[in-house]
Amino acid sequence: MAELLALENVTARYGPVQALHGVSLTVAEGEIAALLGANGAGKTTTLRAVSGTVRRDGEIRFAGSGLSRIGPDSTARLGIAHVPEGRGTFAELTVWENLRLGAYTRRGALKDDFARVQTYFPWIDERRHQQAGTLSGGEQQMLALARAFMQRPRLLLLDEPSLGLAPLLVTEIFRIIKELNEHEGLTVLVVEQNAHIALQLAQNAFVLEVGRIALAGPSSELERHESIRRSYLGY
Amino acid sequence: MLGLAKRKTSVTTGGSLPVVALLAAVCVFLAIGCAVSSIFAQQTVAGLAQGAIYGSLALALVLIYRATEVINFAQGEMAMATTYVAYQLTIWGLTFWLAFFVTLLIAFAFGVIVQVVFIRPVQHSVIAVVIVTIGLFILIDGLVTWKWGGELRFMAAPFGNNVYRLGSVTLSRQDIGVLLVSILSVIILWALFKFTKIGLGMRAAALRPAAASLVGVRVNWMLALGWGLAAVLGAVAGMMTEPSTFLQPTMMQPILLYAFAAAVLGGLESPAGAAIGGVLIGVFMNLIGQYVDFATAELRLPIAFAVLLVVLLVKPNGLFGRRQVRRV
Repeated sequence: MAELLALENVTARYGPVQALHGVSLTVAEGEIAALLGANGAGKTTTLRAVSGTVRRDGEIRFAGSGLSRIGPDSTARLGIAHVPEGRGTFAELTVWENLRLGAYTRRGALKDDFARVQTYFPWIDERRHQQAGTLSGGEQQMLALARAFMQRPRLLLLDEPSLGLAPLLVTEIFRIIKELNEHEGLTVLVVEQNAHIALQLAQNAFVLEVGRIALAGPSSELERHESIRRSYLGY
Repeated sequence: MLGLAKRKTSVTTGGSLPVVALLAAVCVFLAIGCAVSSIFAQQTVAGLAQGAIYGSLALALVLIYRATEVINFAQGEMAMATTYVAYQLTIWGLTFWLAFFVTLLIAFAFGVIVQVVFIRPVQHSVIAVVIVTIGLFILIDGLVTWKWGGELRFMAAPFGNNVYRLGSVTLSRQDIGVLLVSILSVIILWALFKFTKIGLGMRAAALRPAAASLVGVRVNWMLALGWGLAAVLGAVAGMMTEPSTFLQPTMMQPILLYAFAAAVLGGLESPAGAAIGGVLIGVFMNLIGQYVDFATAELRLPIAFAVLLVVLLVKPNGLFGRRQVRRV
């Protein structure tokens, strides 16, 4: 499979605090990759380094072009959709306006995309004039996915989609992510606390420890890995 | 527990029921008054026109407050300066309305440049932005006085001096014209924000800059555009004020104070609130001037702020202010 995203020795810092100490990883076109690790290991920062919402050094390539020097609005235009911590929902705007913002970088009518969004999120049409902040947590997470989908990205960066959701909803969200990947060919890099569900979803996974990649490989191998099981899976 | 994150979301509540009831009562009061007395009707229309100007300038303040989270103390002086530009254009031979539209373009560019050159470098600090806007106030005031002098100047009257008669009520053409132009500019602005992609981008950039940049909105440019549009609204307010106050460097200063009052009354975050607040203040200042004998011109501003103070004691976020709600 062709490489879509590659990080080489990427470092990032928040003021005096260094969050990434040289992260290298590659994500192939069409796959789901998971980024695991403890709190503060640098998972969120890795996503932020890719989309350009944190100052970073080192080399980041996306579909052949370098990302290291450009900001988030430009990475969005290159085809990267980043659903950040807290989902990036515009709570004050309506559901429909949130979806329109998803398609902000694109020209032309949104009708076809909206029709496709409805095949994954059938409830969304009748709620389109509702204020996004009044949706439930699960609906807001689905809206975030729908918004990202409207962007027609090549790469979707997802930061803890399971956060704060009931187990049943988490299963539902991950099923939709899987469908988007299989039916739409969307490449996904997902950060997850819940290693068990992430390893089931992803083909490949990376384990971050204090700002470095400690382990990488196919999910099926990592799942059997002794230290992973003890640290993240709990059995 | 892990996996529970508190997020702060704020949701517009719009006008709550008591506020809507209050506004309805005000409308009924004005309608009855207008039906009973022709002087009352005349004063109400004149007040509406004055209030529309306060409302436009208040809306400019709200636009900038939402985008930059500061009050632009130079808003009135920017409006005054652009009105002088219109004056200069008419001196050069343009008709009033041609000068009006050219001035709107110049005002837009002016607002954008002010944001890019003066505000953007300090926008990380609210207090620095406030001080910069106060500095701009003094700078613009000084430059205009240096260029055009402090004495009164006069422009061609845009609406003429005719009056309309409606039964026993005499309405000045100027009041009607000011009211229509202000309402039209507010509607155009509202449509821009509501229906266009760039308007949506500007709202997103003002509400959540980080999330907006992630969907591809160029946040810095949107903020600059916001300043440009605010300057356009200010220019409308300035050019609509000129026929009643004539041109002088201090012409917008009392209007800015009323616009502050209007914006705070409406809730600072709410464009509709600012417009309604402006109209309310305009109408009631006019009616008080007519019917309350001790309320001479010097007392009007204190009365306006006394009323504002009382309203804020009852509703600290203004009539249309936002209530912060949290959702887990």
